[in-house]
Amino acid sequence: MSTATDTTKAVEETTGKKRKKKVPTEVSILLVLVGISLLFEALGWIVRGDSFLLNPQRLLIMILQMSIIGIIAIGVTQVIITGGIDLSSGSVLALAAMVTASFAQSSDYMRAVYPALTDLPWIIPLAAGLLVGALAGLINGSLISLTMIPPFIATLGMMVSARGLARAYTDGQPVSMLTPDFMWLGSGANPVIIFLAVAAIFHIALKYTRYGKYTYAIGANPQAARVSGINVRRHLIVVYAIAGLLAGLGGAIAASRAGTGQAGMGLMYELDAIAAAVIGGTSLAGGVGRVTGTVIGALILGVMLSGFTFLGVDAYYQDIVKGVIIVAAVIADQYRQRKRSKAKT
Amino acid sequence: MSAENTPSDTNEYLLEVVNARKTFPGVVALDGVQLKIRPGTVHALMGENGAGKSTLMKIIAGVYIPDEGEVRLRGKPLTLTGPLDALEAGIAMIHQELNLMPFMTIAENIWIRREPLNAFGLVDHRALHDKTQALFERLGITMDPDMEVRHLTIAGRQMVEIAKAVSYESDVLIMDEPTSALTDREVEHLFRIINDLRAQGKGIVYITHKMDEVFTVADDISVFRDGQFIHCAKASDMTSDEIIKLMVGREVTQMFPKETVPIGDVVLSVRNLSLEGVFTDVSFDVRAGEIVGLAGLVGSGRTNVAETLFGVTPATSGEIKVNGTSVAITSPHQAMVNGMALLTEDRKETGLFLDLSVLENMEIAVLRDGYTRSGFVSQGVLDDQCESMKSLLKVKTPNLDERIGNLSGGNQQKVLIGRWLLTKPKILILDEPTRGIDVGAKAEIHRMVTKLASEGVAVIMISSELPEVMGMSDRILVMHGGRVTGVVPREEASQVRIMELASSPMGADAA
Repeated sequence: MSTATDTTKAVEETTGKKRKKKVPTEVSILLVLVGISLLFEALGWIVRGDSFLLNPQRLLIMILQMSIIGIIAIGVTQVIITGGIDLSSGSVLALAAMVTASFAQSSDYMRAVYPALTDLPWIIPLAAGLLVGALAGLINGSLISLTMIPPFIATLGMMVSARGLARAYTDGQPVSMLTPDFMWLGSGANPVIIFLAVAAIFHIALKYTRYGKYTYAIGANPQAARVSGINVRRHLIVVYAIAGLLAGLGGAIAASRAGTGQAGMGLMYELDAIAAAVIGGTSLAGGVGRVTGTVIGALILGVMLSGFTFLGVDAYYQDIVKGVIIVAAVIADQYRQRKRSKAKT
Repeated sequence: MSAENTPSDTNEYLLEVVNARKTFPGVVALDGVQLKIRPGTVHALMGENGAGKSTLMKIIAGVYIPDEGEVRLRGKPLTLTGPLDALEAGIAMIHQELNLMPFMTIAENIWIRREPLNAFGLVDHRALHDKTQALFERLGITMDPDMEVRHLTIAGRQMVEIAKAVSYESDVLIMDEPTSALTDREVEHLFRIINDLRAQGKGIVYITHKMDEVFTVADDISVFRDGQFIHCAKASDMTSDEIIKLMVGREVTQMFPKETVPIGDVVLSVRNLSLEGVFTDVSFDVRAGEIVGLAGLVGSGRTNVAETLFGVTPATSGEIKVNGTSVAITSPHQAMVNGMALLTEDRKETGLFLDLSVLENMEIAVLRDGYTRSGFVSQGVLDDQCESMKSLLKVKTPNLDERIGNLSGGNQQKVLIGRWLLTKPKILILDEPTRGIDVGAKAEIHRMVTKLASEGVAVIMISSELPEVMGMSDRILVMHGGRVTGVVPREEASQVRIMELASSPMGADAA
């Protein structure tokens, strides 16, 4: 039975190397994005007699809103590719925002967390935020790798603890009055630029480096990865640490953009990040996923948010639709998985 | 293929399997198989690993649905669509792998789905206890029905499985290696139970690898080989030598050619290697250019030795020397650094990345050395290497970007061999390299292994197929119960000799 397909394949091979490129998942997700955008455009003319898309201001705000979730979604994407999950990114973002803000306060502000500090250049608070994020990720990764507890539980613990730590850091007080130098980081289109830079870096890292190839291999079959000489535990720790680092970056940008650090920041962002990855075609079963898909996934979420606001639809309904879309994306993923395993003759 | 030489004391068979055929993707597991069980007899199924015994039993027990052929109970054809159908028809099976729920009591496990209910429709625990007690008295089992199964030893669990199967009062009872976890005393107990059941006119299908057991317990014997029915006769009319010959069957031809190549120095030297509770005191040497076969039945520890050598499950004691230097191997990576490669037994479990491409599957083991520059993969060089490996091994795939799950088993195996050849190993360990793949691919793999040996690679080859081990190996190490029971040089190797060593704990006169 398999010989028949073998020979047809062999024939295909000899009759010129036809590299039949299958339509990548990204294209279909991109079509969804275009479809939703056009739908809002049409509804905009019907309901409000106005264009949804031909408003650069609105589009910039939309992309700005999605940049931070996009950045942490990229970290979460690589975690999901390894077959794991990260529920802690929103809380880690909040903790990092608090720590970052505490190092970015104007020295003459009387309620400064560290009154002894002079005004620090923006790089120092940023580094502090990245460090805190990476540390949280390192703990996630170590817990998962060394104690073998499920990633869901390890990162659930971190989600709760990091949020608590963010509150305990200043007894729940916001950390405000940040230096203009630091405020520059999140001003204008900077968050978008950082988001696109992070996306480009991780697109390349996942596709062209050993780090990326190991990430996919571990997600596709951890046992085979181990037998192939990959140090699976060490690699997982690095993957989670990087996810934490990106959540830290998100926190620093969020603090800079808002001009304050607050323990309630990034609430439910972890779910938006997971949603962006899953809508973008990353498989919860591991081994499959791309940064480009996640970027489009984040844009879909952004267009929805912006579109509903534009139409004046209540936020409650936005959540209902968002929930439906997430479930639909997972159903689509299951369907693709089944098709993949059925493709075997 | 085989004459009608079934014992025919009675024309009425309790259970018949007629002309059964079952295929799995890429393999024909059974073809034209028949089985005839007389009432009140124990019928032993004999055959090497992969002969098709387990598949046949699963067909009788309704786990598999045959592609062709039928199962008849008392002459009436059965259509079984699942294990429950078989149970209701009167066929119960004791599984080799235990299927009990550890946190439920013995009684709950035995009567699951059939719990006695009280007037309120709730489980009547008193009746449950009493029924179990009665069953145990009948079978001579002394266990507390209310004990949770997790507190039982493996042997205890096995007895519960047996009691559970008997409790269905089935006409046909299938036992798949029921004694593998039992002590001698428990085996005797089991045989008493079996004799009882036989006296009640039940039919018992009995699978075992242990020759002495067969002659103690069986009335009839059916032998299978490569998914085909070979022979059926009364146990009293057969000898163990005859059975082994029938099981092994094939003449050793030049199908598996190992050329005589110059044998070099000792590359791998293993001394008293042990993995606690799994295998003990395994010692052997492998020289450059040599192929050492590792034979033994499933569970003999041969795969464990391979995995320990490669650091998958590091040894608890013993010494491994590579090129005369003692090395500590605690991870596959360390084994690779020492020039080893392991093609694992289970392609799907520990070999393939099914969702990834042929290229990604092939390149994964060499991303450490030479093919990466500061973390970036030199994809161009690697593409060329994989492309030439693909032509060398004659992998049939439209291109290297094809998802490996879409390839046939033989081609998948070739890709995995390619993965390890790219690492340029000095010691190549092959665990069942040709299992479940077609004859053409098999021959190509044999040629490739021979060629590697001639280039000075030291090869360890595990295979359940005796002709393959005998044809390819310079020496054959035979294992049983976690110990090496003998070493057979190529000239003295015969299938009967190897089977003797593989099935007896004494290892006959192991030198």
